[in-house]
Amino acid sequence: MESKDTQGILWEIFVQKKPGQPFVHCGSLHAFDKEMALQNARDLYTRRGEGSALWCVPSSAIVASSPEDVGPFFDSSNDKVYRHPTFYQIPEGVKHI
Amino acid sequence: METVSLEANFDAKLTRNEMIEPKDWMPDNYRKHLIRQISQHAHSEIVGMLPEGNWITRAPSLRAKIVLLAKVQDEGGHGLYLYTAAETLQISREELLDQLHTGKAKYSSIFNYPTLTWADIGAVGWLVDGAAIMNQVMLQRTSYGPYARAMVRICKEESFHQRQGYEIMCRLAFGSQEQKEMAQDALNRWWWPSLMMFGPPDANSPNSANAIKWKIKRESNDQLRQRFVNQTVPQAEFLGLSVPDKELKWNDAKGGYDFGTPDWNEFENVIHGNGPCNKERLAARVEAHDKGRWVREAAAVFAAKKKGMDKAA
Repeated sequence: MESKDTQGILWEIFVQKKPGQPFVHCGSLHAFDKEMALQNARDLYTRRGEGSALWCVPSSAIVASSPEDVGPFFDSSNDKVYRHPTFYQIPEGVKHI
Repeated sequence: METVSLEANFDAKLTRNEMIEPKDWMPDNYRKHLIRQISQHAHSEIVGMLPEGNWITRAPSLRAKIVLLAKVQDEGGHGLYLYTAAETLQISREELLDQLHTGKAKYSSIFNYPTLTWADIGAVGWLVDGAAIMNQVMLQRTSYGPYARAMVRICKEESFHQRQGYEIMCRLAFGSQEQKEMAQDALNRWWWPSLMMFGPPDANSPNSANAIKWKIKRESNDQLRQRFVNQTVPQAEFLGLSVPDKELKWNDAKGGYDFGTPDWNEFENVIHGNGPCNKERLAARVEAHDKGRWVREAAAVFAAKKKGMDKAA
């Protein structure tokens, strides 16, 4: 068979430490399909009980903001101080708020 | 004009101790330096499986065997973390492996020495992993994000490697006379190559200046080597073994040991392919890769076939 000696596509791996916690990116790996990605992720990233659940996402499916745009892209939230609780004044003596 | 501002931006980030991420602009030489260093590191992990793999079938107990298996599996995992970190710099896994298999890329020269006795497995864990950890702890703060994050994972896992090595050394050093001699012999053979792992002296290290400037490395080869000697000599004394260096002497003024000079001619020789096991190591890697080809091909065909079935359904 004529084929390029490939390693499979690249997957990004996210591990959830305990149920209820967020999934955190821990690295990437190569695999040919979903099942292999899951098995490889288990063997590579959870050898010491690091996780209770895994997400494997093809790297090509990830859309990322670009570093050059950091300023303008996130700017719009900086001038909206009224989104923070400390913007509001509560009269002294009022409790539990 | 544009390039100048990009470079100034990059330099400013380094000054602020911010990490460089894959999509950030970086000087071409920074990228090349990292590809060389990270891939060399990855290859070292994978080739490093061979000298220890040599003793899996002959480990002296079931406990020793499962420990060694777990350690060698970790090394394989570390190689994979590092390969994917290198791949974020726009080089493919195929290219990286090809560079190893054709001899274009190097790996740590320490793995070109043979593991002759069981005590060597102890010495490798204690000294070789000990030296690697010293280097890797520093690299957790390296300026390239994916490399730094891989190092954090690796350092967490490495500490068991060094401890299992020292445990083996303890068993032998406090065992029979014959066992103690075996431990001493292993220390004699692994001591100098371990010191060489930190690379040539600062004055004679071609890649050091850039590595420090770009904060890829935070400490110099000689600084790390000194720290390793300071930490390891008392561990050898505890074992009742002697470090094979006549010049080794505590220096109160500097708060560290004075020690002899490694044989840098030997170092150059081993790096350039003339160590005791260079050919054997490379041949083993190439053979393993070739023998795995049918698995990769079958997996690719199976994945394509399943994709077709999913679409049809």
